[in-house]
Amino acid sequence: MGAVSPETSPLLAVAPRDRRRRVVNRIMEVVASIAALAAVALLLLVIGSVVVKGISALSFSFITQNPAPFGQPGGGIANSIVGTAELVGIASLIAIPIGILIGIYTAEFAPSWIGNSVRFSLDILNGVPTIVTGVFIFGLLVVGSQQSGWAGSVALAIVMLPIVARSAQEVLALVPRSLHEAALALGLKRWRVVLRIVIPTAAGGLVTGAVLGIARVAGETAPLLFTSSVFSNLGITTSPSQALPNIPVTIFTLSESPSPTDHARAWAAALILIFMVLVLNIVARTFHDRSRRRLRG
Amino acid sequence: MIPRDTASDRQVTEPDPPISIPQTRIINEERERPQQRGHGVSVKALNAYYGDNRTIKNISIEFPASEVTAIIGPSGSGKSTVIRCINRMHEEIPRARADGRVELDGTDVYDSRVDVTHVRRLIGMVFQKPNPFPTMSIFDNVASGLKLTGMRKRGLRDRVNQALRSVGLWDEVHDRLGTPGVALSGGQQQRLCIARTIAVEPEVILMDEPCSALDPVATLRIEELIGELKERYTIVIVTHNMQQAARVADTTAFMLDGELIEHGPTAQIFTKPRDERTERYVTGKFG
Repeated sequence: MGAVSPETSPLLAVAPRDRRRRVVNRIMEVVASIAALAAVALLLLVIGSVVVKGISALSFSFITQNPAPFGQPGGGIANSIVGTAELVGIASLIAIPIGILIGIYTAEFAPSWIGNSVRFSLDILNGVPTIVTGVFIFGLLVVGSQQSGWAGSVALAIVMLPIVARSAQEVLALVPRSLHEAALALGLKRWRVVLRIVIPTAAGGLVTGAVLGIARVAGETAPLLFTSSVFSNLGITTSPSQALPNIPVTIFTLSESPSPTDHARAWAAALILIFMVLVLNIVARTFHDRSRRRLRG
Repeated sequence: MIPRDTASDRQVTEPDPPISIPQTRIINEERERPQQRGHGVSVKALNAYYGDNRTIKNISIEFPASEVTAIIGPSGSGKSTVIRCINRMHEEIPRARADGRVELDGTDVYDSRVDVTHVRRLIGMVFQKPNPFPTMSIFDNVASGLKLTGMRKRGLRDRVNQALRSVGLWDEVHDRLGTPGVALSGGQQQRLCIARTIAVEPEVILMDEPCSALDPVATLRIEELIGELKERYTIVIVTHNMQQAARVADTTAFMLDGELIEHGPTAQIFTKPRDERTERYVTGKFG
């Protein structure tokens, strides 16, 4: 019928209040965008400054060589890289199975009130300052004995556990109810449903949680200060019953040193650490995306 | 649409060799399998609850062997709950419980000596939405219920192929059994789920609105399949679709608010219902 001309269309009428609304809308959009950009910028700034300050001291031998004896130039942090790998590896062996079992228990077997209490406890545990965890393990495993890789690993496992368990709970809860029902209706027992259907379906998400846990504790310093920080051994320490040299504590020690070359080495060590964590996060992200696709089916 | 009264007038066009049926079945103890195929289910004084809420009120109904029984009724009338009580899936819901008797060939599935997993192997279930296991291939989906019995490779393959033939999927998928089950179309997925159910050789198949997520062509295919399967299995189908009940069911039960209002031959339910509420429902006056 087309009687309304473009100029008189009610769709084009603009009241003063509408104009104000538009302006407010625009401002909010800009402010929120700036906040989001700030997060990205901050990350780039941190990585950038570590790269700029650390790249000069970074070399192949820095990664492959052990520290030089006191007063001599050169040397690397190979012993710390190996030590960190040991500490994080043992912590993972403790925290990942327990964390996934907690997730399975609360998602599949526990009544909801127990599930909720476990979830709440894990959130609190996740909020415990890691220095407190360090002191706790110091009192438990170091006092009366000595600092050791075991003690450090247990402390790291405590930090890691809530991360792994919470993410396992979340991802297992995403496995559709209909798949449980289909499996149960075939006469599969509950634990078989978990093993054959639930875990394979959620596998990507479980890996994500585990890798994020590893990435988180790889850089933890506080739990190690009391448990695995006094090491005189400049070579690679294989036995976890001794204090294990590790990257975070090495960064801390080097940065406390009066020597400027040590400062540069601290930055280089930080660069290695940040690179490791970055890679772990990218791995986690990949598994996360894969698992999402599968769960959406 | 005039519903069929008896099973005998259906032409059996089964091109496949008959499925091998084991000589003995286990519920409590091993016993001879009678000549007649399929076993009836009788529900006696069944009550079901969600928490304190009684949603099934003292229902007694017979599901005769090798027949298709449709359960119709408006949403929330308790149709699904009734069939979920038959294979004891109802109790999987938190705070849900049931009392009364559900007898498969004379044995109460709620008997304390009965293992619930046996109940579910003898009474299979097909769900509203096709739910193949997303991590598994077509083959593994069908084999999923069988693997736990420790069935050997050869026997397993035969049984899976047989089940796929029975649901008419063999010709469509035999050259890609290793591909994911979720890659199939909706109708194919539902037939895959039926194949998965019959692979464990149940006596009874419960179907909870099996076509409600499917298009008309896929629906027709499933309905034909139901006609074929009832030669071997006792089938109970919950449906919202009255034409579907008329097409596939020998007898039809009408439920309302957790009560069984009427149960009789399908033709009678749709043409000469005894209860006024049934009549109003089947003529579309409510629901």
